[in-house]
Amino acid sequence: MSHAKLAEIFNKDEAKVNWHDKALWYVREKRDTAAHNVKGWEYLRDLASGIKANVLSNLDNYLVEFEKNAQSNGIEVHWASNAEEHNEIVYKILMQNNATKVVKSKSMLTEECHLNPYLESKGIEVIDTDLGERIVQLAKEPPSHIVLPAIHKTKEEIDVLFQEHLGTKPSNGDPQYLTNEARKHLRDKFLKADVAITGVNFAIAETGGFVVCTNEGNADMGVHLSKVHIACMGIEKIIPKEEHLGVFLRLLARSATGQPITTYSSHFNKPAPGNVMHVVIVDNGRTEQLSREDFRSSLSCIRCGACMNTCPIYRRSGGYSYNATIPGPIGSILSPGMDMKKHSSLPFASTLCGSCSNVCPVKINIHEQLYKWRQIITKEQKQPIVKNTILKITGMVLARPKLYAAFGISVRWMLKYAPRFMVYSKLNAWGKARELPKVENGNFDQWYKKRKNNG
Amino acid sequence: MRVGLFIPCYINQLYPKVGIATLELLEKLGLDVYYPTGQTCCGQPLGNSGYEEDAKGACQVFVENFKEYDYIVGPSGSCIHHIKEHFDILEQTEAVINVRKNSYELCEFIVKILGKTNLGASFPYKVGLHKSCHGLRGLKLGSCSERMDNYYSTEEELLKEVKGIELMSLTRKDECCGFGGTFSVFEEAISVKMGKDRIQDHLDNGVEVITGADHSCLMHLDGLLNRNNQPLRVMHIAEILNSSI
Repeated sequence: MSHAKLAEIFNKDEAKVNWHDKALWYVREKRDTAAHNVKGWEYLRDLASGIKANVLSNLDNYLVEFEKNAQSNGIEVHWASNAEEHNEIVYKILMQNNATKVVKSKSMLTEECHLNPYLESKGIEVIDTDLGERIVQLAKEPPSHIVLPAIHKTKEEIDVLFQEHLGTKPSNGDPQYLTNEARKHLRDKFLKADVAITGVNFAIAETGGFVVCTNEGNADMGVHLSKVHIACMGIEKIIPKEEHLGVFLRLLARSATGQPITTYSSHFNKPAPGNVMHVVIVDNGRTEQLSREDFRSSLSCIRCGACMNTCPIYRRSGGYSYNATIPGPIGSILSPGMDMKKHSSLPFASTLCGSCSNVCPVKINIHEQLYKWRQIITKEQKQPIVKNTILKITGMVLARPKLYAAFGISVRWMLKYAPRFMVYSKLNAWGKARELPKVENGNFDQWYKKRKNNG
Repeated sequence: MRVGLFIPCYINQLYPKVGIATLELLEKLGLDVYYPTGQTCCGQPLGNSGYEEDAKGACQVFVENFKEYDYIVGPSGSCIHHIKEHFDILEQTEAVINVRKNSYELCEFIVKILGKTNLGASFPYKVGLHKSCHGLRGLKLGSCSERMDNYYSTEEELLKEVKGIELMSLTRKDECCGFGGTFSVFEEAISVKMGKDRIQDHLDNGVEVITGADHSCLMHLDGLLNRNNQPLRVMHIAEILNSSI
């Protein structure tokens, strides 16, 4: 289903739309306040954008440097060209360690690779340990937001969900009670896990180490209680030097939630004595995106979610309306590169207002890339005949001033004299909830011709 | 200084009074204003819909019409933005380069090029300013709420000098209205919801007249106001700056 269709369904419950919009706008405002408190915020964004541009231009070298340094730290490094390879590598490591129970902290990459269902089909128990992720996992739903995976759910809905799955008492959506219960439930899972899987926020070429940012400490907890740590990262997560963390860590949490920094920024450099640490580096379409000059900077994304929080469409259509692993504006420029047919409506799910590009901590020109995807999609994907015909004819008319003048007069005549039921027919999407402009006598051209003293 | 008046297609056909106010205002400022006949459209509706290639003819017509003027001024931020930003699809001849460089949105032209803010207008109403996205974030007519820059607003500089006007502050300073060209019909549900929310913000803050430098946003909001019989009206900023009530 197209974004428009799914958004229309979401909008059937206006109270919920209002609630969703306000919840995310609150986060956007927190972000504004946090950014205002940083002197030189815009300069910091410039720096981050520049570092990422350097990374993308030298990705091959940085990846090899990272691998070499990680290996000398005792980390095993694996390369996966696509999602299947990634999943197989992870499964192989689990088998080597006779593992059946896995705890996983937040990782959009493993969502993208559909790791959970793959491992579950092999009889492995995978528990998402981020609270929001655990909530959507229990509800058998994907995350609807990359930082706030369960933002589409009210506390009352979570109350019911926990009663069913965790045996909690009805609490009228008491957040403290529900969080405590989730904590107890997850504590048990942490203690029994064989392997901890984490994502990677930043992998440092210079040191071969990597950083994982969480608010709940669940990545640390998982890693410290398991003998085996598997970290999964996309090839674009590299930064050249440790000192660059100072730029990105200052931007990430402020952009994401308005916090000065995530509660935990966990640095992993080598396995603890007696333990093993693996890093799986995944391409899965990224090299191809890198080859598209107009779209390569989309790979600079540090997954803060600020573009979702600010997007007036995302806030009013919900994450699921995008039907993609990464929803919202950034997802709408990444997803067509993965599967253009499936995601062909996404670049059109925007007014090109540009707010996303303005909040982006690494200054990705998201709205300009949306415009560029549109030009490609109308050429490469079949468009609805009516839309295609109307726009092609419009182009032809606008190139011919005389034809355009005649066209203008007839359209205005029709709007003025045609009966309402004809003008406001089913075909008129504008008129479903809006009046058309009231047509005045004569257009500007006609007024100007009659006027004296023209220049 | 020879000024070419650019009247966008929808203003020409549907809102001639906005075009008239623009012309009168520029003439009041003592300028030589010419209106090249045979204008069609800047091609923005096609470009934003992904049909940029089909807009080339319209863009060429535009360049032919305006290449001889020192300045090209139009009362619609998004159209001017389209000319500046997206006429890169044409071969960059001297004429194309000049047209792109010399095109100005009306308010920006008055404040930046003419250096004037007090135009002698009076308008005794409570006014809410809708900062259209392409003018704001595209042409940088003002600072944006997302960026940590010093505050400024070209439209406000002009409106503040209008006698009797009361500029009302909004809760969400610069959120999109949801028009978005063909977005308004292809994403109808969201477009309408965004418009309704924008209007509510103006209502909640006691606004009587919504104004802005891009009448396409106002057309969308007006359509909603009229359908829902809400006690607000829209007026292009040129109409306010040209009034002497």
